[in-house]
Amino acid sequence: MIRVGTISPAKIGFLVSASLFAVVVSCQTRQNPDPKPNPAPTQPGGVVYQATPVTIRQPANFPAITYQLSQNPPTVEGVALGKTLFYDPLLSRDTTISCGFCHQQFAGFGHSDHPLSHGIGGKFGTRNVPGLQNLGWDREFFWDGGVTSLDELPLSPIKNPVEMDMVFSDALNRVQKNPKYPALFKAAFGSDTVTTARFLKAISQFMLTLVSADSRYDKYVRKESGGALSADELAGLALFQQKCTACHATDLFTDKSYRNNGLPVGPIKDQGRYTITLNEADRLKFRVPSLRNVEKTFPYMHDGRFAMLEQVIDHYRSGVVNSPTLDPVLKQNGSSGIALTDTGKKQVVAFLKTLTDDTFINNRAFSAN
Amino acid sequence: MKTTATIGLLVVLAIGPAVFSCNTINPDTTVTTGKLRITFDNVAGASDLKLETGSYQNAAGEAFTITKFNYFVSNIRLRKANGSEYVVPQDSSYFLIQEEKPVSQMVTLSYIPVGDYIGLTFMIGVDSLRSLADISKRTGVLDPGLNDGMYWEWNSGYIFMKLEGKSALAPATQNNTFFYHVGGFGGGYDGKKTINNLRTATLSFNNDVAKVQTTSTPTVQLTTDALKVFNGQTKLSIAEHSSVMFDPYSTNIASNIAQMFSYTRIQTSL
Repeated sequence: MIRVGTISPAKIGFLVSASLFAVVVSCQTRQNPDPKPNPAPTQPGGVVYQATPVTIRQPANFPAITYQLSQNPPTVEGVALGKTLFYDPLLSRDTTISCGFCHQQFAGFGHSDHPLSHGIGGKFGTRNVPGLQNLGWDREFFWDGGVTSLDELPLSPIKNPVEMDMVFSDALNRVQKNPKYPALFKAAFGSDTVTTARFLKAISQFMLTLVSADSRYDKYVRKESGGALSADELAGLALFQQKCTACHATDLFTDKSYRNNGLPVGPIKDQGRYTITLNEADRLKFRVPSLRNVEKTFPYMHDGRFAMLEQVIDHYRSGVVNSPTLDPVLKQNGSSGIALTDTGKKQVVAFLKTLTDDTFINNRAFSAN
Repeated sequence: MKTTATIGLLVVLAIGPAVFSCNTINPDTTVTTGKLRITFDNVAGASDLKLETGSYQNAAGEAFTITKFNYFVSNIRLRKANGSEYVVPQDSSYFLIQEEKPVSQMVTLSYIPVGDYIGLTFMIGVDSLRSLADISKRTGVLDPGLNDGMYWEWNSGYIFMKLEGKSALAPATQNNTFFYHVGGFGGGYDGKKTINNLRTATLSFNNDVAKVQTTSTPTVQLTTDALKVFNGQTKLSIAEHSSVMFDPYSTNIASNIAQMFSYTRIQTSL
């Protein structure tokens, strides 16, 4: 009952994005996945299981992928199965919440306009839903890095009582009994038996295809057409490189470290990375998020306290609070934070918006069927 | 810390091939093999452990009942009189002993080289190598989704030992229930360091010998005393610590757990 009111903006969002697809799809070039068909070996008698390999895109301006693809070679069939699972609300106790419910493509696979994650029964979590992209380059996940394998990641939201609240064995049983799945599992893994590993690896395969590397900035650095940056954007890039890349490093825009960026402690009193390591030095530290599609992934910070990029920059300019674990890069020369003029702030925001990847946001291959 | 993690990974890389080479040696047809069984009889001091109904008292004088008692036993090594050890291949060396599942309390080790064994060593918990292994190498009791809640999906890692119960000393806000969940394998990737609650137990069969032969299977009977979770080097008090999970204090409980096993007897069946 309560949720009806809170869902509707999301539904509107879906409708908006659906209508955007209609516009974009016609002129969309196929970026990924990039299937490499293998001729099926001809054997007399019986059907031979043969899945079609998919190559996960390795953008030229990215470091090498981290995920061990050899342990889970993506296939067209595996990705299709993973996508079906990703968008299936059957995986939640009351069959209302899919992974895609909180990870909305039009919002860079974050939860648009939701400061805190919002799951089953209108319940709230304690952190902002992270966007999903370029996951093959990560080895630790969530704001605190508690999960150390992409393959294990879905266990957490599926079992979390305020997200999907599902006993995992029940989730597997539902999938096993659902008429659409045996054929999908057979096609992806050569067996229609649903196992933990097949279920999780299929979702990994889909998530691995979520590569975002076609923003205007990417085209600029790769010297491709469509990569023109305005004078303000270029000035913003220069300021960004000077003041932000200590943390938002490489073209993944994160060094994957955990840092205390000086946010005043909120009412939730989230201790961040400390919860995982129990190391006092990790108190109030959170994972440095990527800034790709940052225009779309609002609100910002681990608890979604800022709705606008300008507020984020104002935090770094004048809101940084000192504490024993405050990151050293934010307390240099005897003062806290990052110095930036009003003009500089506008320029950095202009640059950040060049990280929006409309090809990714609108790629139908990533959308619900 | 990064250095230790790197060294840890290097060690793992070095041990990995060694373990796998053991694996390939094992089914060698030139070595005659047999079976060995190990039983775990869970008790509470002098009494048999009875979930829900048995009433027990710890060294702190606190009365309680036990509602759940689970623990992992892994990386089993069998020792001969000359000091040499047979390492049970890792792929068949992970067991979850659960008081509520009697069938889990007998472990059968197959393809054991025939010979006389005088003791054994095992780990209580799941080692870091297996904890970080590919998900398809973690099936059965190691399945993180289907192992009766013996996994922390929010902080990737197995729960090595779970003891839960009821006591008037546990807070009313917890419905008078207490929880001890011990895990933490020491780390992960990217410099992730956590508490290390892995412990090993080494037991001697006193002067007995487990004779493994192709025609006869010895059963080594071990006793696991749940009261030792409370009454070890650390005297665990329910009133003071009614819920210990991923917490620095859990290392004390881990050290108590290491002492809860003892050798009882060997029976040989033909």
